[in-house]
Amino acid sequence: MTSCLIVDDSRVIRKVSRHILEAMGFAVDEAGNGLEAIDFCQQAMPDLILLDWNMPVMSGIEFIKLLRSTDKGDRPKVVFCTTENDAAHIRAAIQAGANEYVMKPFDRETLQIKLQLIGIA
Amino acid sequence: MNDASNRILAELLEARTGQQLPPSRRWRIGTALSGLYRELGITHLDQLIAMMAQSRDSVLAQRVVEALLNNETYFFRDRAVFDQLAQATLPELAKRRADRRHLSIWSAGCSTGQEALSLAMLFCEQESRWAGWTIDIIGTDVSRSVIEVARKGCYSPFEIQRGLGMVQMLQWFEESPDGWCASDRLKRMVRFQTHSILEPLPATSPFDLILCRNLLLYFAGENRARVYNRLAAALAPDGFLMLGAGETVIGHTEQFLPETGMVGIYSQTRAGIARRSEMRRCDTAA
Repeated sequence: MTSCLIVDDSRVIRKVSRHILEAMGFAVDEAGNGLEAIDFCQQAMPDLILLDWNMPVMSGIEFIKLLRSTDKGDRPKVVFCTTENDAAHIRAAIQAGANEYVMKPFDRETLQIKLQLIGIA
Repeated sequence: MNDASNRILAELLEARTGQQLPPSRRWRIGTALSGLYRELGITHLDQLIAMMAQSRDSVLAQRVVEALLNNETYFFRDRAVFDQLAQATLPELAKRRADRRHLSIWSAGCSTGQEALSLAMLFCEQESRWAGWTIDIIGTDVSRSVIEVARKGCYSPFEIQRGLGMVQMLQWFEESPDGWCASDRLKRMVRFQTHSILEPLPATSPFDLILCRNLLLYFAGENRARVYNRLAAALAPDGFLMLGAGETVIGHTEQFLPETGMVGIYSQTRAGIARRSEMRRCDTAA
């Protein structure tokens, strides 16, 4: 089963995303910020990371930069999932190593197509 | 909501567009009209029917019709279909049109323009293959409001990311106060016009490729036959017709046959080509 880590400080968003991803057949885990996510990845690197941008302790962009510099940190597909929906943020995400970018609000179909585009659904 | 009011709306839609709203799809009437209800300060369909009856012009009726049309679309809808277009259908058309290096494509029932723009992106992303070619893409829809959106070519964050990857978004669209707007390069390749598929063809036909996806399912009986006649008349004798996933000509018309090795692609039969000539003569005479 393909594993996914949802990284978002909003419990509601995590719950909604979990619901969508589990319906798509993913095994889902959660983290509330970038630092928690790094700890998680050091123990078990997921196949997919759904990543918020603005979070306390460690932001999404800080997390992905750190992740991509760690051993095996190039393996997970990382999809930003954020309310930051301007071109500058998308460019910064690409530069930091993101595989896709989903702007909130989104629906299941949008996420599914994005995951198909990066070969993970 | 009573059956009589629903029936009035279904009859209005069919009279204006030829499209059917059978009882099995009438559940969506309330949702489709909710914005109009809010704007008019009403709460149910019977009030709307009364307002239309009292109205001295047809503007309200037209707005109701436009709200009832299903304008669902997104970029590269059914990706596999676009992959097939890029890898098989368009290369075949390129061979057939190698002498004049011009392709004319019709996106019929184009809604807010995403299908036509997806085609334009397809050509732009195969730049070397299509260098020196003229690609003319026309999108038509019976709804004036969606054609206005298509002409503007600007989409909300929700709309732009439906079907587009982030790299394509950045490459072919520009952020603006109106949303994410199609680049000039894409816009130069596409034109949009209001047109009912039951009416005579857009002036630029015959087309080498017609995309008529998820539209025929709204037509039945005589109107569906008329749509097939229009499509046959608009398509070049050796052109291709593309229908939506789950749609087929089998059992509906003898003017088209499935193209071997291409899913959802149809070629004209001799009957279709004969019908094409007949329809074009009638349209010219009219």
